[in-house]
Amino acid sequence: MSLDLKIDGPDREHRPDHLAQNVLGHEIDRPDGWLKVKGEATYAAETFPEGLVHGILVRAPGIGRVSCANLEDVRNMPEVLAVVRDERLLRNAAQGGANEAPVQGVDTAEYVGQPVALVVAETFEAARHAAVALTVEIDGVEAPVDPEAVVPEEPDNQISTRGDLDGAMRHAPYSIDVVYTTASMNSAAMEPHAATAVWDGEVLTLRGALQMLKFNRNELADSLGLPPERVRILAPYVGGGFGSKLGISADCVAAAVAAMELNRPVRVVQHRRDVFEVNVRRSETRQRIRLACDTQGRLTGLGHEALVSNLPKEEFFEPVLQASYFAYAAANRDLRLKAARINRPATGSVRAPGEAVGVTVFEAAIDELAVKTGIDPIELRLRNIPEKDPDTGVPFSSHRLEATLKDGSERFGWNERDPAPRQRREGEWWIGTGMAAAFRVNMITPAEARITLDGDRATVESDMTDIGTGSYVIFQQIAAEILGLPTGKVDVRLGDTAYPPGSGSGGSFGAASTGTAVWLAGMEIRRALAERLGCDESEMTLRDGYVTHGNRRVPLADLVGGGAFSGHGRVEPGDAQEKVRQATYGAHFAEVGVNDVTGEVRVRRMLGSFSAGRILNPRTARSQCHGGMIWGIGMALTEEMTHDRRDGHVVNRDFAGYHVPVNADVPPLDVYFVEELDDWAGPLQVKGIGELSICGSGGAIFNAIHHACGARLRDFPATPDRVLAALS
Amino acid sequence: MRPFEYQRPTTTDSALAAIAPGAAFIAGGTNLIDLMKLEVMAPDTVIDISRLGMDGIEEDDGGVRIGATVTNSDLAADRRVRRDYPVLSRALLAGASGQLRNKATTGGNLLQKTRCPYFYDTDTPCNKREPGTGCAAIGGEQRNHAILGTSEHCVALHPSDMAVAMRALDAVVEIRGAGGETREIDLEKFYLLPEDRPQDETVLEPGELIAAARLPAPKGTRQVYRKVRDRASYAFALVSIGAVLEMEAGRISHAAVAFGGIGVKPWRDGAVDDLLTGEEPSEGLFEQAGEVLMRDARPSDGTEFKVGLTQRLLKAVLTEATQ
Repeated sequence: MSLDLKIDGPDREHRPDHLAQNVLGHEIDRPDGWLKVKGEATYAAETFPEGLVHGILVRAPGIGRVSCANLEDVRNMPEVLAVVRDERLLRNAAQGGANEAPVQGVDTAEYVGQPVALVVAETFEAARHAAVALTVEIDGVEAPVDPEAVVPEEPDNQISTRGDLDGAMRHAPYSIDVVYTTASMNSAAMEPHAATAVWDGEVLTLRGALQMLKFNRNELADSLGLPPERVRILAPYVGGGFGSKLGISADCVAAAVAAMELNRPVRVVQHRRDVFEVNVRRSETRQRIRLACDTQGRLTGLGHEALVSNLPKEEFFEPVLQASYFAYAAANRDLRLKAARINRPATGSVRAPGEAVGVTVFEAAIDELAVKTGIDPIELRLRNIPEKDPDTGVPFSSHRLEATLKDGSERFGWNERDPAPRQRREGEWWIGTGMAAAFRVNMITPAEARITLDGDRATVESDMTDIGTGSYVIFQQIAAEILGLPTGKVDVRLGDTAYPPGSGSGGSFGAASTGTAVWLAGMEIRRALAERLGCDESEMTLRDGYVTHGNRRVPLADLVGGGAFSGHGRVEPGDAQEKVRQATYGAHFAEVGVNDVTGEVRVRRMLGSFSAGRILNPRTARSQCHGGMIWGIGMALTEEMTHDRRDGHVVNRDFAGYHVPVNADVPPLDVYFVEELDDWAGPLQVKGIGELSICGSGGAIFNAIHHACGARLRDFPATPDRVLAALS
Repeated sequence: MRPFEYQRPTTTDSALAAIAPGAAFIAGGTNLIDLMKLEVMAPDTVIDISRLGMDGIEEDDGGVRIGATVTNSDLAADRRVRRDYPVLSRALLAGASGQLRNKATTGGNLLQKTRCPYFYDTDTPCNKREPGTGCAAIGGEQRNHAILGTSEHCVALHPSDMAVAMRALDAVVEIRGAGGETREIDLEKFYLLPEDRPQDETVLEPGELIAAARLPAPKGTRQVYRKVRDRASYAFALVSIGAVLEMEAGRISHAAVAFGGIGVKPWRDGAVDDLLTGEEPSEGLFEQAGEVLMRDARPSDGTEFKVGLTQRLLKAVLTEATQ
């Protein structure tokens, strides 16, 4: 049996508010927290099956035909077991949700750093030494590596025009026409991608660092030429993903191929230098923003044109304009995405693909318009909140931008701000504040989960992952709430394709999708319990392991009796997606110091006010927002993958050269949630939160830089050299 | 990593006796181990010098003698250093991270390799790593690269913060030779310019070992260290300046200004010090110092900004030191 739900319309019951356990919305500890603190949560490279051997990926040093002259010599090196040059080795990581990973071959390198071989040895050290010894020769070809140097594709479905933008620009009392750039970026998850593969002659079992197992299983099966039933993937703990682990990557296929060839368990851990090359990165972007408004600041024209890049044949293009379709309305509009085909490492989904860079830049441009019109940036945004989706004309399911702008503004003390730039100085430092709005599409995706109730102990199972977000604890809370159990009586098992297929972690849809599936599984059990009691499910109260109906109160365990109850839930998106526009909203505020001598920028404080549906656990939700805001600091100030101009290779492929923010870069971060119960978000009214807080956060910092020192930067990140150039 | 032999002698003499072509000394290993993993360096023998008793900081004729294996953390925290050589303490604390400073040593810091990314990438040519293959940084992506002292064969930067302060403090390097003899050389003369042999970085002869760094009595009480970097901590200097000055009757009586982030070695320019010495501090003087410093600068498109940035920082540092 299964309780299935297709989200076609609003749910106004708000059942979670009428249940008795009262664990939703509270700061419950993560069950996996202590395991991680104590090192007992085993990540992909932390299991050691009997006979484990080690594989090291070997990269292509150039672009062109690949050959390995000394293959046999390396095979004969001490402790070396194999040099795998199998055509199945993955060239490009699978895109998120690809569900397939066709053979791409290893005879041609499309980008510098592409894996072209795997060296397997008895020890990690021997494998690594042999990998260095393997000579990879490239019969080089000329390949474009600069997105500005090729004629980009302009896919028809990436163009949306309305009215006459050029005319609107000409006739408007105020307009801006500006070009911004954002840098090539890496997910830079703390856990490098890793896989441990075991082949028993029938089933390939892989412990991976992966985000979406139901797709990953099909991808790996496709890659290996096995039916999916003969592939099992385990990923109970994942040390951060940020999109880079959505699809399988080179380590997975290489480990699996080697394990099957050698009949030994094989572990492949990507070196940090590999992580920067063989997994998808965030495309660099060039974005032209055109805005026109009337004397009251109401937009009459809106143009957003973005240039992004990817490898030839890859289907993903950073969806920079995703929020530009609905964030603001203008009668005259021109949105277009251009795609350059270049031979840098593949691009793909990285934390809030689209809005992370699109909203960030757009919100900086809106600030320019605010300065030009002399209208307060918050007021300007308030005047431009659309009544309905400007793209399709459907209503918004819920729209809390105004509430977050006002909430954040009050808490930050925005009204005390002198709008004139370059007014506040402390020693060498110009001090300023800035703000930006946050927009992110909200999604629900198909998900399944199972709950087994045995006595008064429940077990939740799904192949959903917890990549550090808090999946374990929120599913524990949801199951505890609906079954009336203390959270300690709920065990959550995730990250195993033997369990029902959850949504996977991506697109911020995990909590709403898999969380709803858990809810439905619990509801199915509630109904079965009610049937046993002879009442309607809504008439009984479940709390602290007791079932109350009328004046009758029995221990849940007694009602369950000897047999176990099992519930299965399945959710999928339905017509709701066409009937309403659904998104999450927020407001970012930042105070920065800009050093007038050195051009260094330091963020002094940040505040975010967000509305993202029902908050299941304020602690894990806040933690997600901290992460997004810190990403904003990185995007605005420090993070940039440098590609060599000659062959496109990633020059700074380690943490000494690729600067993620360190503790000293991160000031106190204040996070607030504005209450929202969006009826269209399913029975739990839960919406995505993970990615919202990155969208626009870097824009608030850029706007604060302008307010501080009067210089407008348009290239992310604002490194000291760029700030100095803008200052002078 | 290439298989290697590990030795841990207990006396300096036995360490010196063990060193042979293909062998390398190791102390904290914070740089060497990374390089060995990548096989940028591949010694067949590694001789651990961390137990030779070279980890003391002693009074030395009005100055201090810092043993080669004194860690960066211990040196930065030393009471005499903090009192008499605050520029050194600040430089040390501006470098790396707490964990690295706990391991990294004084001698190792002086000898640390460039952070030029092409030097670490064995798939690209590098005259320092493999003499004669060419320089990938020239014509490539430069940021943490030198603009002073470069040659057409190499633009690699010396990344140390500590050595910049030591240059301003007129440090002397104490070297033990294979035969047990000791020689001393000014830090100024310790480093070589790359010219056409970028693989030769110092005057150390094969088999020689740094025993200590000596600092003479401080010649100036006005000491400043400032470092500009891409993030607030754990980043190499875009530009750093260590300045040791003294003032008498409103004039600069001693000036020693050293620079990081711009030179192929910890940089100091006698012409800058001479220009400042004997003069009354003024904005014009400091600007002139910046012009003199950069008279032979050869920046690339990625390092062009360092010229102006250094000059701005120099003005700020000298202003602070003379106020």
